[in-house]
Amino acid sequence: MSESLDLRLALAETELENPVLPYLRQDRIPHIWCPGCGIGTSVNCFCRALTDSGLDLNKVAIVSGIGCTGRTAGYLNLDSFHTTHGRAIPFATGLKLGNPELNVVVYSGDGDLFAIGGNHFFHAARRNMDILVICVNNFTYGMTGGQVAPTTPVGPTQTTMPLGNFESPFNLPFIADACGATYVSRWTVYHVRQLAKAMKEALGKKGFRFIEVMSPCPTLYSRRNRLGDGVDQVKYYKESSVIKNGADTKDIGLGFQGEIVVGKFVDRERPTWLESMNDHFSHVLGDQFTPYGVKPEGE
Amino acid sequence: MTVEDTARKGKGTVFVRMEVCKGCSYCIDFCPTHALDFSKEFNQKGYHFPELNRPEDCTGCDLCGLFCPDFAIFGARWKDLDEKRQQAASQVKL
Repeated sequence: MSESLDLRLALAETELENPVLPYLRQDRIPHIWCPGCGIGTSVNCFCRALTDSGLDLNKVAIVSGIGCTGRTAGYLNLDSFHTTHGRAIPFATGLKLGNPELNVVVYSGDGDLFAIGGNHFFHAARRNMDILVICVNNFTYGMTGGQVAPTTPVGPTQTTMPLGNFESPFNLPFIADACGATYVSRWTVYHVRQLAKAMKEALGKKGFRFIEVMSPCPTLYSRRNRLGDGVDQVKYYKESSVIKNGADTKDIGLGFQGEIVVGKFVDRERPTWLESMNDHFSHVLGDQFTPYGVKPEGE
Repeated sequence: MTVEDTARKGKGTVFVRMEVCKGCSYCIDFCPTHALDFSKEFNQKGYHFPELNRPEDCTGCDLCGLFCPDFAIFGARWKDLDEKRQQAASQVKL
C-alpha cells in the first residue's frame, strides 16, 4: 500500500489533485455526512496531520465505532476497522497489544465513546493504553435521530427531551484528565490549523491521548433548537471560543451556546501499560521474562 | 481537475471539484479575504458550489482546503505550484 500511496502523494503535488484525496477511499466519496456537518472538516485536519507527522502509513491503524463519526474508518484509506457499537477502544487495545509497532487511532463520536463505550474509555485511560482517541462531539446522537446524548448540555430540545434537556452533561476533557490521559485538548472545527497541529502533536506522543473536536450537527441538534445552519454554529464557535492552554479541566464544562474554552489542557508523561507490564515482570521474574513489544537493539 | 486560469491576478488560486460539493458555505464564509462566492450554477446534486469571483484577493492560503468537509476545494500559491512543477519536470528527466 505504501508505495502506491507515496506515488499518489507525489502525483497529488504535481497534478493539482486535492492533497487529502490520497488518504481517502475514492469509491466511497462523496460521504454521507450532511451539508454543514463538521466531521468532514475534522477528517480533513486529521489527513493534514498525517501528512505533517511523516508517519509510515503502513503503521497507522484507525478504529471507529458506530455512528456518523464511526463512518470515518470506512472513508480513510488506512488499515481500518469499523467495530460494534462502543467497542472501538477495546478493539484498539487488542490491536495495539497484538502489534505494538502500530500507531492506533480511535476516531469516534461522543455517543459511541462516552455512552455505550464509557467504561472502556475510563479503563483504557486508567491503564494508559498507548492509543490516540479523537472524539467528535456534536452533542447528540446524529445517526439514530437526535436523542439526548451524555454530552448534551442542559437546555436544548432533543427528540427524547421535547421540553428541553435537564440532565447534566459530561465534561469530556475533565474525565480524560481525571482518568489519567497523557494528552488532553479540545478544539472546535473552526480552529482547523490548531486542530491539525494538535493531532500531529498527539500522533507523536505516547500514552493515552485524547482530543475532543466540537462539531455542529445542522440536521438534528441545530435545526431542532433553531440555531441555524452548520455554518452558523461554526460562527458561534468563532465568536464564543477562548483559547486557554493549560486551563484547569474541571472549569471548562460546556453550557448551551455558552463560552467554549479550547486549547491544550494536559500534556504529561506516564509509563504506558506495556512499559509498566515489562517493568513489573522484569522486576518480579528477572531473566525468565522477555520484554514484550520492545524493539531489538540496533534498530 | 479544474484547469487553471491563465490570467494570474492574485498570489494564488483555488481548485474546486464541483461534483462533490454540498454547498455548506464554510469556504465562502471563512475565507480570510472573502474571495469566494456561490456560483449561480448547480452541480449534479443540486447544490451551488463556490467560485473564485475575486481572484486578485486570493492568497492561496489553503484555509478553504482545510475547512472543506467534502474535500472539494483547495488553494495553492502560484509560487509553490511553479516550484512543484519544476521539481516534477526535473524528476521526469532523470
